[in-house]
Amino acid sequence: MFDPKVAEMLLIGTKDTLYMTLVSTLFGYLLGLPFGVILNLTRKNGLHPNKIVYGIGDFICNIVRSIPFLILLILLIPFTRFIVGKSYGSTATIVPLVVCSAPYIARIVESSLNEVDEGVVEAAKAMGASTLQIIFKVLFVEARVSLFTGAVITTGLLLGYSAMSGTVGGGGLGDIAVRYGYYRWQADIMVVTVLLLIVIFQVIQNLGMYFSGRLDHRKKR
Amino acid sequence: MSHIEIKNLTKQFEVKGDTITALNNISLSIERGEIYGIIGMSGAGKSTLVRSINFLEKPTDGQVLIDGVDLAGLRPVELRKKRSEIGMIFQNFNLLEQRNVLGNICFPMEIAGRNRQDAKAYARELLKTVGLEEKEKAYPSQLSGGQKQRVAIARALATDSKILLCDEATSALDPMTTKSILKLLKEINERFRITIVIITHQMSVVTEICQKVAIIDNGSLAEEGDVDKIFESPKSDAAKELIYEKKEGITPVRALKTSNQIRIVFKENSSYEPVIANAVLTLRKPLNILMADTRNVGGTARGEMILGLPEDEDSKKSFIAYFREKGLVVSEVIGDV
Repeated sequence: MFDPKVAEMLLIGTKDTLYMTLVSTLFGYLLGLPFGVILNLTRKNGLHPNKIVYGIGDFICNIVRSIPFLILLILLIPFTRFIVGKSYGSTATIVPLVVCSAPYIARIVESSLNEVDEGVVEAAKAMGASTLQIIFKVLFVEARVSLFTGAVITTGLLLGYSAMSGTVGGGGLGDIAVRYGYYRWQADIMVVTVLLLIVIFQVIQNLGMYFSGRLDHRKKR
Repeated sequence: MSHIEIKNLTKQFEVKGDTITALNNISLSIERGEIYGIIGMSGAGKSTLVRSINFLEKPTDGQVLIDGVDLAGLRPVELRKKRSEIGMIFQNFNLLEQRNVLGNICFPMEIAGRNRQDAKAYARELLKTVGLEEKEKAYPSQLSGGQKQRVAIARALATDSKILLCDEATSALDPMTTKSILKLLKEINERFRITIVIITHQMSVVTEICQKVAIIDNGSLAEEGDVDKIFESPKSDAAKELIYEKKEGITPVRALKTSNQIRIVFKENSSYEPVIANAVLTLRKPLNILMADTRNVGGTARGEMILGLPEDEDSKKSFIAYFREKGLVVSEVIGDV
């Protein structure tokens, strides 16, 4: 089974999986991070409480998160086609991955920022800090460990979702596992792809935790 | 012109459709270079009051003037500029946990847009002022409460503040550390001629360093004036309650059922004479000492006693007259204290 062709296929699959996971995490954060910040600022005890803005954001977040990913993937096909030009392959998969992850990321970011001690925010306000300064110099800095941990968890989640997209021709390791393991009953290749996914997940998770530990100055050392 | 002037300040909060008045028509003037205490029980509204001074809480009604400038009239940018000139320290220190000591002190200077190198140099200077120069690389989690408050004080001074607001700044500290922090505040007050406003529920903090005090009770100003005057003869119930505060290890007065109780306060000159013994010898009537204490009020020792007098009105009157004649401040203690 491990002839060069299979090995090459697995290599490309790994590469595609990493590509989908990392790029969708990146774009997910480009949308989700500001979204999460807005949720944090406009919540009841936030810096700029605004029931309407928070209500709308909250609603969008919950709606998107309650649609199962596989369904979202199919629902978004026209949109994906419009953005990337086609609805299959790894690049196309990034579109639903981003749409699915952005509200999830927003929630994680919001809850990380909500954990920042209100007293510290108040101290910054008392020093004359503007909202932008508070966001970048207080909220992001004080919540960085939690934000980073959230990003690691999100990456793991997107790794899983990217594999799921294999069922509809999304490319990557999930695609290989479905095609060889499910359609052709080649259990060995499926096992190898699953092992590869496990290894990738472990690497992401452990590296993430290592760096988040390094980032934290709250512990006594 | 007063440094800080609070005029008819009222603050109301809407809580589930109900209007709660946290502060009711409060007027105060705080002069430049003063150490001004604002004291009250928990929930009296003193924290809301101090937050009105830098407009962290916007008053529902009334004015706050700093150097004669009405804060309500400032645009957001101007208000932030004004706030940067008012330092503030807190009960929970509120340091940035992810920045080291030097970074914390540089923080307000960064916000004000000061050059990084200058900021660092000035932060080191301030660390020397608060006596923590060897801790510049430490993170807040590695510091004790007293050290954290010293860092917070340095941070509050970093923007050359003219006013320092202290919100229960010593409430989380033990008595020894409290004393050292108060000493530091006093030094800073003298050295930088900075006006200090201290919010506290501890009378000992007020008597230790404040020149003037305002007593807030249930959102209203109960009494205001010189600390030594109010300590000698408190008029409002709230002031009496705070001044006769129970201390650990001292039997509370209410436990002793004596109806005729008076409180006397010794001034410096009267401390030398054995007044109580002389009174008993002169009037030939017994006297019961229920509580005695000395306190440091604005740098001078003040003695206070709660005495139980004989039941008959005549001897009571003669004792009171005797003490007044000796130059003591006498006030009757009515009911439970």
